[in-house]
Amino acid sequence: MHKVAVIARRELASYFNAPVAYIVIVTFLLVAGWMFFSSLFLMGRADLRPLFAPSPFSPSMLLVIIAPAVTMRLIAEERKSGTIELISTMPVKKWEIIAGKFTAAYALLAVSILSTLVYAFSVSAIGDLDWGSVIAGYFGMLLFAGALTSIGLLCSTLTQNQIVAFIVAFIVSAALYFVYWLQFFVPASLAPLVEFVSVSSHLESMARGVIDTRNIVYYFSLIGGALFIATRVLSRQRS
Amino acid sequence: MSDASQAMVEARGLGKDYGSTRAVDTVSFKVARGEVVGFLGPNGAGKSTTMKMLTGYLKPSRGNAFIGGIDVGDDPLSAQTKLGYLPESAPLYDDMMVLDFLEFAANLRGVAKAGRREKLKSICERCGLMNVLGKDIGQLSKGYRQRVGLAQTLVHDPDLLILDEPTSGLDPNQIVEIRQLIKDLGRDKTILLSTHILPEVQATCDRIIIISDGKLVADDTPEALTDGAAGATIQIVVKAKGGAALEAARVQALLSNIPGVRNVAGAESDGPGTLGFALRAASDVDPREGIFNTAVSNDMVLVGMQRRGVSLEDTFRRLTRGEKEGARA
Repeated sequence: MHKVAVIARRELASYFNAPVAYIVIVTFLLVAGWMFFSSLFLMGRADLRPLFAPSPFSPSMLLVIIAPAVTMRLIAEERKSGTIELISTMPVKKWEIIAGKFTAAYALLAVSILSTLVYAFSVSAIGDLDWGSVIAGYFGMLLFAGALTSIGLLCSTLTQNQIVAFIVAFIVSAALYFVYWLQFFVPASLAPLVEFVSVSSHLESMARGVIDTRNIVYYFSLIGGALFIATRVLSRQRS
Repeated sequence: MSDASQAMVEARGLGKDYGSTRAVDTVSFKVARGEVVGFLGPNGAGKSTTMKMLTGYLKPSRGNAFIGGIDVGDDPLSAQTKLGYLPESAPLYDDMMVLDFLEFAANLRGVAKAGRREKLKSICERCGLMNVLGKDIGQLSKGYRQRVGLAQTLVHDPDLLILDEPTSGLDPNQIVEIRQLIKDLGRDKTILLSTHILPEVQATCDRIIIISDGKLVADDTPEALTDGAAGATIQIVVKAKGGAALEAARVQALLSNIPGVRNVAGAESDGPGTLGFALRAASDVDPREGIFNTAVSNDMVLVGMQRRGVSLEDTFRRLTRGEKEGARA
């Protein structure tokens, strides 16, 4: 477990050195705030749902862009610069590398998401906020961000080109995100399947304040599956 | 104890294919504890690929690699704890500071926290890094990068160092410094280093392994590879008495009859009135005395005689080129 922390710490230091971390946090905080408050005042209700609910113009959609940008360099850069050879010949297991990288990228996104708690506090100051559903919403957002991070990390293991990693991760994440709205157009028999596959439908129910084991299982299997495949890809490297 | 456990490094029928390209055919060799072995070959011969298989970075298509008796394929992590590896062109994390990077390496290597700072300091001193500790690796010159790469191999004080072209891309002064450092390290460590700079191996190595086209073509001491294998060349100059052409034919015939001389060819003379010859001696025979006696008894005026050992370069070119022509035929 110790080695996972060593890798995660190096990765985080590199986010903060290159000021990627500050850019991500500030951008997310500002854009998410703008998206949130513009609909908050429209509704006129002390409700944090606009912060969590999926829509083409929402903080979660912003994450679909930010997560691939944060994860694209994780392995691709090591492949490009050759440091992958250095780290692969140290006594470190492949899953430890993947877990360390995941932890760093995820921590950065989690901090970005949790920084919007300032909005929750400002709303609770002006109205009666249901903290139960707020916690459920944050829980959902954090799981959602975990799914995006694992997809982005997987894409980064597949190539040594960061741009390719970003584009592929964005396309996959956006497809899983937008397929949700497709359920209104497909035959009724297919609608439940589409709803199950989409990352947004699971976020949607938690944004409403409902924590369902099905959603948790969905996100955990997505994260676990993507990280498992990423570990396998890294193990059978041919360079 | 098994046979493999005595050697620090053993390649047993090691081979690697990339698709239909055969990068390394089948290579077998051993490196004993305490040896400094040079791994030579033309570019693309499979040196780096072989080293990558030994360090567990690449999975071999054939055969096995052993580090200190441990099969790298079975237990890569245990094998990797025993060695320090400098990959080709020293890939490093450019955004890290030198000391931070070495700490990172020490952490991943599981070096105990107690006394680690001092250990890293002494490694940095040894590698001449003391005045760049706080610099970003990305800003360092090639020579310093190479030293950081070397320092990184030492953090856990391994018995074995595998260095892939530790001096490539350096200027002559840096080459001398790194070579000195390697020599210094070789006193208490086993080292396998690849290079294509031939004087380097002659200066630093106990033994030389040459591969060409993915096959092992030589495995011997530098002395044996320069003298023994091909035999020495002896250049002589005689005075041309009477007709030069006639004398040349007579001398050539006389020289060919001397025992230990394999062939005689005309060579550069010492100016007008002299004739030059190059004799190739059979291995482990010194025909110089025979040449002198022949000259005396046949009224040949010997004005110069010089024995020249085969340079490693000659051997290298003969072995690696011959192999290629053979493969093409």
